[in-house]
Amino acid sequence: MAVNTQTWWQQGRVVETSDLAEGVRRIVLAPDRPVHAVPGTHVDLRLDLDGHSRKRSYSVVRSDDGGRRLTLGVQLAPSSRGGSRHMHGLEPGDVVEMTGPVQSFPLGVGADRYVLVAGGIGVTALVAMADALRRRGADYTLVLAGRSRRVMAYLDELVEAHGDRVRVFVDDEDVRLDVGELVGEIAGSPAAARTEMYMCGPIRLMDAIRRAWAAHELPEPNLRFETFGSSGAWAAEDFVVHLPQLGRSVHVGKDTSMLDALEDAGVEVMWDCRKGECGICQVKVLDVNGRIDHRDVFLSQQQKETYASLCLCVARAARGESGSGSADPAAVTLHLP
Amino acid sequence: MTILESPPVTAASKIFNFPRNAWYVAAWDHEVTAKQPLARTIAGRPLALWRNGDGRAVALADACWHRLAPLSKGKVLGDEIQCPYHGLRYNSAGRCTSMPAQETINPSATVPSYPVVERYRYVWVWVGDPDLADPSTVPDMHQMDSSDWAGDGETIYAPCNYQLILDNLMDLTHEEFVHSSSIGQDELSEAEFEVSHSERGVTVTRWMRDIDAPPFWLKNMRDKFPGFSGKVDRWQIIHFEAPSTICIDVGVAKAGTGAPEGDRSQGVNGYVMNTITPETARTSHYFWAFMRNYRLESQTITTQLRQGVHGVFGEDEDMLAAQQRAIDANPDHEFYSLNIDAGGMWVRRILDRMLQAEGLPSAAAAK
Ligand SMILES: Cc1cc2nc3c(=O)[nH]c(=O)nc-3n(C[C@H](O)[C@H](O)[C@H](O)COP(=O)(O)OP(=O)(O)OC[C@H]3O[C@@H](n4cnc5c(N)ncnc54)[C@H](O)[C@@H]3O)c2cc1C
Ligand code: FES
Ligand code: FES
Ligand SMILES: [Fe+2]
Repeated sequence: MAVNTQTWWQQGRVVETSDLAEGVRRIVLAPDRPVHAVPGTHVDLRLDLDGHSRKRSYSVVRSDDGGRRLTLGVQLAPSSRGGSRHMHGLEPGDVVEMTGPVQSFPLGVGADRYVLVAGGIGVTALVAMADALRRRGADYTLVLAGRSRRVMAYLDELVEAHGDRVRVFVDDEDVRLDVGELVGEIAGSPAAARTEMYMCGPIRLMDAIRRAWAAHELPEPNLRFETFGSSGAWAAEDFVVHLPQLGRSVHVGKDTSMLDALEDAGVEVMWDCRKGECGICQVKVLDVNGRIDHRDVFLSQQQKETYASLCLCVARAARGESGSGSADPAAVTLHLP
Repeated sequence: MTILESPPVTAASKIFNFPRNAWYVAAWDHEVTAKQPLARTIAGRPLALWRNGDGRAVALADACWHRLAPLSKGKVLGDEIQCPYHGLRYNSAGRCTSMPAQETINPSATVPSYPVVERYRYVWVWVGDPDLADPSTVPDMHQMDSSDWAGDGETIYAPCNYQLILDNLMDLTHEEFVHSSSIGQDELSEAEFEVSHSERGVTVTRWMRDIDAPPFWLKNMRDKFPGFSGKVDRWQIIHFEAPSTICIDVGVAKAGTGAPEGDRSQGVNGYVMNTITPETARTSHYFWAFMRNYRLESQTITTQLRQGVHGVFGEDEDMLAAQQRAIDANPDHEFYSLNIDAGGMWVRRILDRMLQAEGLPSAAAAK
């Protein structure tokens, strides 16, 4: 397992594109400095969106020929600021600016059993892991959950490659993933303490699994996950941030993050990962009108419930179920460091 | 015979690159403990080596995920190692288990953990692609922990490229010049030798018949056959196994008692066990041992043999260090080969193929 967090930029040529499922595009890139991408890696792409250069990350689904061909699977995000829309517009011959493979989700060695859980597009982060585990002859289970078969990328291919190691759950067929049952089965098996789970999917699914994992007192380090940094408990909506220290209020559109909106308004804030993991962007919450949709994995469940602080890079305010008819946007009042 | 897929590189690279997809010895088993981590660089990767609560040896990258402080300066706490700087803890899989100043653990916080196998009294690590790490490809050094053999060894920290040590061991005619007072003798460079090779191995066989035993071997004969004198048949059968293990079957038997035909009962037999781990392109960890299959009970003989070989290898060490200095001082000079280099050149050919398969050049990057 190599954790490589070193990022360097290069050019990549699009050599192939096709549709993987409804709303999911397969994009094959040929980087000009090929490096084999091991399971769990992603590449960052620098995209020009409305005149702003923005970074978007995509997992490497396959690395062929020593990294000369890197396959990505990109889902068109519902209210996209343009990243995934731009990706869907790529054609063979186009050139993109990209990093080498970046590793922040390494597959371990030596566990007795591996359980991979993919929710929706999160499958892209797990395809290469499943292949590696099969080649190793490891004991593994691949859990695939999605809204409907039409939108589930790689479904047939994975069922074919991994046979009865795959379990498929599809909402619109009423075969839903029962998180309690899945985690309970792991906790009850003799290999419980030596089972590693790798998951990637919507934050709500991952939160539910994290809670079940903790409730069964399974070792926390054995639960690995990657956040794609863009899903929450409620759909994104417009809201307002009040900053009493500065005597200002900033509007956050549904297609931007609070961090971006504050920076665009000239408010200086500190950040590092920009995906809700490190906690550097944490600020104190003084008041909330509506709900806080935290979307981070830094704060504990208990910290989230008290609404004492939030991570600027991913958190949003939402009116929540009760306020869905109300005309006033949700609001948070923050104390900046 | 192998059919060539691509033409071999012609000139011998002076600073030979090393494969990453291979098992290398990182330490003797006793050097890796649950008390304190050991810092050692293996094939260019700085590692922190320690044992967890089950006594299993663990190899983690020697740089904390947080600010890269060396974990080898930290503490082993049961199944975990703690960074000496801000106290992050990691388990043997390299996953962070505790971030003291917060309630959750960043999901990205991991350090690389490398596959480890303990075998033949050594801790072997694999720094390449972990999915290719197959324990059945650990080179055969079974004499090290077999009840038919006894002996001991040491580690030499050699300031030279690992391939220079392989060259040294694949051609033993140098004994005549470097080791004249112990094992060297004129017959070495006069005797015929035979080279054979396979996909992962090279064997060089040399027999010297009806000769006087050099001092080292005369002493060993007398340990087994008190008062022995007279002529001997002497053998050196060098077995190389990729990437860098060389086990040399050595011995002498009373002349004309059938040793070349397979009856070694009237002789003494040893195995010089060598496995060389590149540290950097210009430095190596050289692990050796001398194993014998007679007088197994005697610690005196074990100690004497270890000390004797220590002296012999000290002579090699001086030569290898001087050779590396001369190579670096003469960057525009090439290597040329003699007929005695055949074994070493087959080794290079095998290593070249391994490097090609990994997409690496055979010459290591310049200093
Ligand atoms: C390590 C990693 C790997 C990834 N791998 C893949 C992959 O393999 N395939 C794939 O399709 N995607 C992947 N993603 C997600 C991808 O990087 C983009 O986030 C995604 O394509 C959406 O980008 P966008 O610009 O189209 O949409 P965005 O404009 O980012 O919007 C998407 C949705 O998320 C909301 N949103 C976006 N950013 C924020 C924010 N900061 N705070 C709150 N809400 C926000 C928006 O309101 C909208 O509803 C990965 C992300 C990471 C971090
Ligand atoms: S910048 Fe890391 S959590 Fe927000
Ligand atoms: S550098 Fe290791 S904890 Fe900070
Ligand atoms: Fe020597």
